[in-house]
Amino acid sequence: MILEARALTKVFGGLKAVEEVSFKVKQGIILSIIGPNGAGKTTLFNCLTGLLSPTKGRVFFEDKDITNKKPYEITTNGIARTFQNIRVFGSMTVLENVMIGQHTRSKEGMFTAILGTKRFRREETEIKSKALEYLEFVGIEDYADALAENLPYGDQKRLEIARALATEPRVLLLDEPAAGMNPQETRELMELINRIREWGKTIIIIEHDMKVVMGISDWIIVLDHGVKIAEGTPGEIQNNPDVIEAYLGKENIF
Amino acid sequence: MKKLLFIIWLSFLSLPFMGIKGALYLFLGICAVFGIFIFLKKSFKKVRIPEIPYNLKFLIIGLLLFIVFLPLIVKDYYIDVAILAGIYIILALGVNVVIGFSGLLHLGFAAFYAIGAYSNALLTTRLGMGFWGALPLTLLFTSVSGLILAFPALRLRGDYLAIVTLGFGEIIRLILNNWDSLTRGPNGISNIPAPFIFGIEFKGLSSYYYLVLVSALIAIFIVRRVYYSRIGRAWLSIREDEVAAEAMGINATKYKFLAFIFGAFWAGLAGALFASKMRFVSPESFTFMESVFVVCMVLLGGLGSIPGVILGSLILVLLPEILREFQLYRMLALGAGLVLMMIFRPQGLLRVETTRLRGKK
Amino acid sequence: MTPKGAYNLLWKRKTDKIMFLQQIINGLTVGGVYALIALGYTLVYGVLELINFAHGEIYMLGAYLGIIFIGIFTAAGFTQYSLFLSLLFTFILSIFFCSAYGFTVEKLAYKPLRNASRLNPLISAIGVSIFLQNYVMLTQGATDKVFPHIIPTTKIEFFNVTMTTLQLFIIIASLLLMAMLHLFIMKTKTGKAMRAVAQDKVMASLLGINIDRIISVTFVIGSGLAAAAGIMVAMYYGLVNYSIGYIVGIKAFTAAVLGGIGSVPGAMLGGLILGLIESLGAGYLSSEYKDAYAFIVLILILLIKPTGLLGKTEIHR
Repeated sequence: MILEARALTKVFGGLKAVEEVSFKVKQGIILSIIGPNGAGKTTLFNCLTGLLSPTKGRVFFEDKDITNKKPYEITTNGIARTFQNIRVFGSMTVLENVMIGQHTRSKEGMFTAILGTKRFRREETEIKSKALEYLEFVGIEDYADALAENLPYGDQKRLEIARALATEPRVLLLDEPAAGMNPQETRELMELINRIREWGKTIIIIEHDMKVVMGISDWIIVLDHGVKIAEGTPGEIQNNPDVIEAYLGKENIF
Repeated sequence: MKKLLFIIWLSFLSLPFMGIKGALYLFLGICAVFGIFIFLKKSFKKVRIPEIPYNLKFLIIGLLLFIVFLPLIVKDYYIDVAILAGIYIILALGVNVVIGFSGLLHLGFAAFYAIGAYSNALLTTRLGMGFWGALPLTLLFTSVSGLILAFPALRLRGDYLAIVTLGFGEIIRLILNNWDSLTRGPNGISNIPAPFIFGIEFKGLSSYYYLVLVSALIAIFIVRRVYYSRIGRAWLSIREDEVAAEAMGINATKYKFLAFIFGAFWAGLAGALFASKMRFVSPESFTFMESVFVVCMVLLGGLGSIPGVILGSLILVLLPEILREFQLYRMLALGAGLVLMMIFRPQGLLRVETTRLRGKK
Repeated sequence: MTPKGAYNLLWKRKTDKIMFLQQIINGLTVGGVYALIALGYTLVYGVLELINFAHGEIYMLGAYLGIIFIGIFTAAGFTQYSLFLSLLFTFILSIFFCSAYGFTVEKLAYKPLRNASRLNPLISAIGVSIFLQNYVMLTQGATDKVFPHIIPTTKIEFFNVTMTTLQLFIIIASLLLMAMLHLFIMKTKTGKAMRAVAQDKVMASLLGINIDRIISVTFVIGSGLAAAAGIMVAMYYGLVNYSIGYIVGIKAFTAAVLGGIGSVPGAMLGGLILGLIESLGAGYLSSEYKDAYAFIVLILILLIKPTGLLGKTEIHR
């Protein structure tokens, strides 16, 4: 078990956004978290990555308790994420965005920077070439010197993924990666996620697009109103009556 | 038609302050300016605040020649101005680290400047240290004050941070003004000695010019090196989106501290140079307006861009000299200028092309 | 200092008791002025989330306008004819012009920046502040401007404490204005619209509220209150200077933050409390650092409880 959540609960004022959610994640799988809007999925992500402190419950990463750690500590430990509303560093270049991802895997400080030592320059070159590799991996290396805010929407999403990958995580959290994508882009995204899995990473996705969810997930967790209502393989989830009821009223999404 | 009513309204507003004759002159004056503006607009189809395209290499070479031979070319008075410009460049680089790189609005930078200047003054006059002996301590004191101010900076955002830094600046000024036993209050400290190198005293204007020049060059060099490192990138990412930066593994708190300390460090150097140049310091030189002035240099040149900041400093130091006849209206123009800049060109004068150069290094 | 010692210092000896009450009166007078100006800050912050850096200059304009108009009336002989009427018209005219300035500043320097990042309007406000200060300095001179000596200096005595009629007037006038504002915000349609805009601008506009108009009204009211404060200060201290706006502006802002920025009762409370702190501090601790008390209070509040005494917890970071 690479990641485990135990009875995670997050309460805002009177609102229970996440309530007693527990699950275990096996290393190397693709896990999807689905549920109607407002089910608490992003809140769950925020609790896992340290952006929010859970009101109750614990989070374990590789058997280490990371529950109340700061976001940057969690990233250093090996969990990275993307954001639902894209948060790239707009006025920095695409390449620089990904280089930021390498920040926590590098160590040269102010003094070597000022002195311009060989060690410093070597690390800088390394950071830059690694960043370029990640750009190639997601397919936007042509944009390396463009300003991040000038990129088209879909490419900005890929940039976020490249940036997250640059932190060399063992677990990657993607928050609605397929949002706003057309079928062609969605197919490319699914292919990209599979390639990331081949790399040995564990991937957790929040997603609404059922084609993606059913297409690539090994395991699915369903949340509704902050509570986990079902968990299983895609086949099991599709036929789960509770899940169907939670989505009742919507078009046949399966 | 609406524009005419607007001009009448403005003139009406000025009645109590300028009297009937004054209001009338104002009305005519604004009409005249407006007329010229419309005329120019028609002639050139588009009137824009000029962007300054620049070729880095030519600029540097031409400037270098001028700078190196400056004391031989210009009159004493202008060497003085140049020295001041150099000191302000160092100061502006410091502010730029806090505001331009890290995005933390700092309205009390004059406090660091003051601490640098007064440290130098006190250490040299009271303890008999030389300029160079006092310098490390001065830099230390100033950096520590940067560390202290960083604490409130951690928890406050945007405008609140600005106000707290302003408060800090004012408190420092009040202390300098009232702690007579230490600082001699409004009378200031005088007879600050000039620096010595190998027994040669830097009393002459020319020699002091070269001292400031070398200091400024060192400052630019160091700041630039840090900018093009992972630390500089970390600062920029915090400025862009602190939450995302944290999610990418950057300890925002640590880097905010670093920004304040590194920025204050340069203010300390500038302060020491200022004190030994003027041979006299008093709280009068370190008011809120001074902080605003320095912030303007960064804004003018474009947040975060090092050449921009240098350009901004030069403009703000040289412009008042060039337009000395209009000295009286200087502050008025500054105030109006700030408003206009924010409305029409908040990103500064230099084009943002500088960002593209960053990746190439 | 032990509690008993404090009691001895403040209350036991008759002369000390008198001094204490005296400081209280001074504090309330100054506090009322701070409260009026603080209201301007808080109202504008409520609708625009902007710290109107130039608000202190509006107060200064009000002070100058007061002196200018009473000067005109005195020169014309009107004051000698009826002190009450000339003061009344001074107030009316000064408040009118001041509100006009506030209105114009908003339209020129803030409205174009309404969608920009938080820092741009703040810097624009600083620009306006610099502009107005120098505008007054150039048109009215850099030396102090004096209020004509027409205010009677009769003193009222009670419990051995003396209070001038002017102080009484200021305290009562401040409280009256604050009460009127409170009624306005609570009971009138425009007042309710202001509260709606402060809560949720988008929703308010969807409900048909003219946001621009409400913002203008907010500035007009805030400036009017600041003008009243300015005139009263001009009467109280007898002289004004183009630089008074800056320090008083910061203090009033501190008062607004102390009470909870965005909260109207907070601004009133904050103003009075700050006035008292300043008076008592100047009386008992040190009058040299009088200005510092406000800064210290400001920094402490922002560090300990940024939402102020009556403010709500902030939702977004």
